[in-house]
Amino acid sequence: MADKIIDLVHISKSFSGKKVLDDINLYVNKGEFITLLGPSGCGKTTLLRIIAGFCKPDDGCVIMDGSDISDLPPHKRPLNTVFQRYALFPHLDVYENIAFGLKLAKVPADEIEKKVKKVLKMVSMTDYEDRDVNSLSGGQQQRVAIARALVNEPKVLLLDEPLAALDLKMRKDMQIELKEMHKKLGITFIYVTHDQEEALTLSDTICVLNGGKIQQIGTPTDIYNEPCNSFVADFIGESNIVNGTMVEDRKVSFIGHEFECVDEGFGCDVPVDVVIRPEDIYIMNRTDAAQFTGVVKSCTFKGVHYEIFIDTDNGFEMMIQDYNAFEVGSTVGLIIKPQDIQVMKKERLANVFSGTITSETTVEMLGGEFEIPATTLENGTEVEVEVPFGAIDLQDHSDDGNVGGEVSFLLYKGDHYHLTVVADNDENVYVDTNDVWDKGDLVGIKIDPKDIVIRKKDE
Amino acid sequence: MNKRSSWTIPYLIFLILFVVLPLILVMVYAFQDAQGSFTLSNVTKFFSDADAMSTFALSIEVALENTLICLLLGYPAAWILANKKLNKSSVTIILFILPMWINALMRTLATAELFNMLGVQLGKGTLLYGMVYDYLPFMIYPIYNILMKMDKSYAEAAEDLGANPVQVFAKVTLPLSMPGVWSGVLMVFMPTVSTFAISEFLTNNKIKLFGTIIQENINSSMWNYGAALAFIMLIIIGITTLFSSDDDKQVEGGTV
Repeated sequence: MADKIIDLVHISKSFSGKKVLDDINLYVNKGEFITLLGPSGCGKTTLLRIIAGFCKPDDGCVIMDGSDISDLPPHKRPLNTVFQRYALFPHLDVYENIAFGLKLAKVPADEIEKKVKKVLKMVSMTDYEDRDVNSLSGGQQQRVAIARALVNEPKVLLLDEPLAALDLKMRKDMQIELKEMHKKLGITFIYVTHDQEEALTLSDTICVLNGGKIQQIGTPTDIYNEPCNSFVADFIGESNIVNGTMVEDRKVSFIGHEFECVDEGFGCDVPVDVVIRPEDIYIMNRTDAAQFTGVVKSCTFKGVHYEIFIDTDNGFEMMIQDYNAFEVGSTVGLIIKPQDIQVMKKERLANVFSGTITSETTVEMLGGEFEIPATTLENGTEVEVEVPFGAIDLQDHSDDGNVGGEVSFLLYKGDHYHLTVVADNDENVYVDTNDVWDKGDLVGIKIDPKDIVIRKKDE
Repeated sequence: MNKRSSWTIPYLIFLILFVVLPLILVMVYAFQDAQGSFTLSNVTKFFSDADAMSTFALSIEVALENTLICLLLGYPAAWILANKKLNKSSVTIILFILPMWINALMRTLATAELFNMLGVQLGKGTLLYGMVYDYLPFMIYPIYNILMKMDKSYAEAAEDLGANPVQVFAKVTLPLSMPGVWSGVLMVFMPTVSTFAISEFLTNNKIKLFGTIIQENINSSMWNYGAALAFIMLIIIGITTLFSSDDDKQVEGGTV
């Protein structure tokens, strides 16, 4: 139906050896409102800068309207940017700021005036022409920045966290206005944000990024209701994510109970991740008709709803949102409906590292040496090393482990944490643990030799 | 609060003794004759003294020329130094500032010797050379500083709005760096108006500057006339600072 206006093909980018974007493929349709969403450092701003032309990809190309614009400098690209901190020229007044692009394009003065007046009206800033930009409030500066970009009638408008500096109320108002502007103008918007709520509110399409890779592309409802992996489920909205097993089609087992679900095609007895949104768990004081029971641990009023934490009968912690309050310590009955259970294939079942045998009882991997069960493989053999998530022992000090690492992502799975630890050699190590760690903690990585399985490569 | 404000007393005494009092003395001397009675003759003498007036005009001219040359050489230098793509090491910055660590008088003497050795005729050319050599770092440094601190996103925004690199410089970088240019101009212009050592050494006193005649008058014990000249110079410099600090405020208010 719609034409592609921008097509990113195999975009990769590294900064001083660290991969920021890893083979990104993404196209944007004409008139679409697309949001690049992800935590800080996921590469979303770099991707936007590549589209704008401020940053050159190491690999891949940017296609706009069918032609490759990868080598075009920013001033020749038919798109405009609203910068994170607005970047309004402090030596020019509001009018001159907005007219900047038109003057460069040698638009006749009377036409410039007409256009500036029109765009000022659109952002509700009429009569502010002569104001010094520094005398404006954050929200007003934001409006001028948007006007300055829109007045050039770009084919694509790039917005780099434009509302991040505004307070909550103002942000909500601007969100609505942006959405209306987009509808009215029909310009393609590419929006960068780390705020998932903002992304859900504004976008036609959301592209979730993490670690330089696209995690999921879809409409806001798709992304919210059917996250494709645990990162997306955890990042978008609140969620309970637990390990489960797909018993057979339409039957999944988790938290020690079997549930009916609507998913098919996973096979029998396959380990899966299960996501349940906190508003999708039905909670009641009666326990006779419940699928499972739990004890209320805490109940906090959040304005519209109560946030309730319960310990289930099998010792899993779950978060529930409900309009009613429940007494702490009381036993409650819980029901989850089949269509509210989101089943996801597990991305991995164990760590697999590549390594090299260095002696009968040691292997080199992750940039360090680890003990292994005695092997008959020769020194120098390239091997695959499989280590279960639970077999990795994290130490408080990076010196105490065979190699050091940094905790980069935490996922609570009801009864344990699933951590992503980036080892010193930049490889990811996935760890299941009951200990509490924080993002950014420096840890030592130790592995019990008896849990290590060695396989020769190419077998 | 009171206890703290008492800490300023030593500085206050210092300022009174070495700044305020000398200034008052200069003023008192400027409006006295040799006998110590009030007169305006010292000031009127200057304005009717064709020699002094032309020296004054020459001083201003030389100072303007020096400032202009420093600006033309210093701005590109500062721009290159501040540009991370062109200048990747901090050593080059130190090399530019290094001459400031050596006494200006010594450098000037050395320059004069160099010209003598090379057989270069001392005159206005050598005078300007010495002045530029001495004062160039004072122009580079403030401009470099402001360019370094300037938010990159201004230039990017201009580029984004369709400005080519030359337009980015002319319409954004240059206007936003004006506070640095002004302080550079002041730091070069003010001391060159009153300098006398450079002209003495690098022209063998062939060219006299305003500073030279003040020095000569005071050396020959004509305290009152010398003081009047110094007073006039102070006022001139005062006026230029007023101009530029006004401008500073305007532009600086914009760069926060």
